[in-house]
Amino acid sequence: MKLYMKYVGIHIRSMMQYKISFLFTSIGQFLVSFNVFLGIVFMFKRFSNVESFTYSECLMCFSIVLLAFSFAECFFRGFDEFASMIGNGEFDRIMIRPRGLIFQVISSKLELTRIGRIVQAIVMFCYAVSKSQIHWNLYRIITVILMIAGGTVIFAGVFIIYASLCFFTLDGLEFMNVFTDGAREYGKYPINVYGKNVLRLCTYIIPFALFQYYPFLYLCGKSNQVSLGMLPMLGTLFIIPCSGLWRLGIRHYQSTGS
Amino acid sequence: MIKVEKLSKTYQVARRNSGFREAIKSLYSKEYEEIKALDCISFTILDGEMVGYIGPNGAGKSSTIKVLSGILTPDSGECTINGRIPWKERKAHVRDIGVVFGQRSQLWWDVPVIDSFELIRDIYSVPKEMYQRNLEELVELLSLNQIVKTPVRQLSLGQRMRCEIAAALLHSPKILFLDEPTIGLDAVSKLAVRDFILGLNQKHNTTVILTTHDMQDIEALTSRILLIGKGKILMDGSLDELKGKSVHQDASLDEIVAQLYKQFRI
Repeated sequence: MKLYMKYVGIHIRSMMQYKISFLFTSIGQFLVSFNVFLGIVFMFKRFSNVESFTYSECLMCFSIVLLAFSFAECFFRGFDEFASMIGNGEFDRIMIRPRGLIFQVISSKLELTRIGRIVQAIVMFCYAVSKSQIHWNLYRIITVILMIAGGTVIFAGVFIIYASLCFFTLDGLEFMNVFTDGAREYGKYPINVYGKNVLRLCTYIIPFALFQYYPFLYLCGKSNQVSLGMLPMLGTLFIIPCSGLWRLGIRHYQSTGS
Repeated sequence: MIKVEKLSKTYQVARRNSGFREAIKSLYSKEYEEIKALDCISFTILDGEMVGYIGPNGAGKSSTIKVLSGILTPDSGECTINGRIPWKERKAHVRDIGVVFGQRSQLWWDVPVIDSFELIRDIYSVPKEMYQRNLEELVELLSLNQIVKTPVRQLSLGQRMRCEIAAALLHSPKILFLDEPTIGLDAVSKLAVRDFILGLNQKHNTTVILTTHDMQDIEALTSRILLIGKGKILMDGSLDELKGKSVHQDASLDEIVAQLYKQFRI
């Protein structure tokens, strides 16, 4: 952990070499997410609800997904750009250091400009909380925290899968964006609005629904089962097969050029 | 001690001819060709030896270095370095080695060199006194005094290479792999780097394995030469043995090597 802070330190110092760029990228990130927020607002200007979910509920749902995604992206960005790390030989450098590989990949690319997106997500979250008619109690607060933490872990898992696939092929991985950026976008609405099949996919294959739809039912009072609120913890188990795939990938690593 | 026995590694390389149609075709059917980067390689290197590892481009030099440094997992064969298998005990193994890739930087681009050094110190958890001692020695021998406070992107190639070598030695490794360390350097920097490596070997008895195309590097540094071509070790002997293979007497080392490449059809 101490070493991680050292890495953060060097990233911040690098970043400060390009202060203006940092500022503008952060603002840009903020605005892009704001755009999506406006999308929801205009939608609900015309329709009052989506599949029995009200405007404020959807807003709540989206802000939680966005928060989880932004955290994951901020800290696990290294995996998202993993193809280029392999391509330019940076990964070789990582392999010759006596530290965990996943740790090093995480700390070698910190996307601090994503601060913009996190700020956006927090603003939206606060707004959603004030708008929502949720009856808060201790369990619901824990549920929210679990949803965000679980979501971060699951998104991180998706990033790791993406990175592991890079060991086998360096191109044709665009489809993975469906599960990263795509998941963030369609995470705006509780997953059941997309139909049974998507819900099933997101429950058993890539457990987005475990941190979004099911606990959300409990959160907004559509269900009284506290156990639903604890499901994100189950979802974090997703990281286990992900890291298995990662290890398999390492053994396949071919490196590049001289 | 480095012990390598019957090491093999094959790559699958996708091939296609030039042209738009071929590019489209490669989208749905790719032709793969197996390339034997390493083909049953065996050798032993003792502690404190300085070995020159030569061969034409694509002969398998870098692949060997990558296997020895734990980056690649070979298909078959055995390799133990100081009693460890590099790709199985990666973390313990890499503490003992230093690697310099001439064409790749291990320093952080935008911050002063000293910041990179300190991060490397923390990564290897080098004890404070040892770090201070090593740093002072390296700064003096490689004359980095003025350089360490400059961001890496503002350094010249020669200055950067000296920093790279220092960075690889901060944790006092027993074995140093140098992959084309003098590539693109001017005469002064080359000589400085060579002198330093010689001194390092004499003072700390560091094992040095050097790949290079610069025969002057070989002549100045190494007493033993491994010649590799098409993934096979073709010659393992002293510099004099290599010189003895020349056809006419006053052939330069470059000419002798070129002649050997021809002879072995590599």
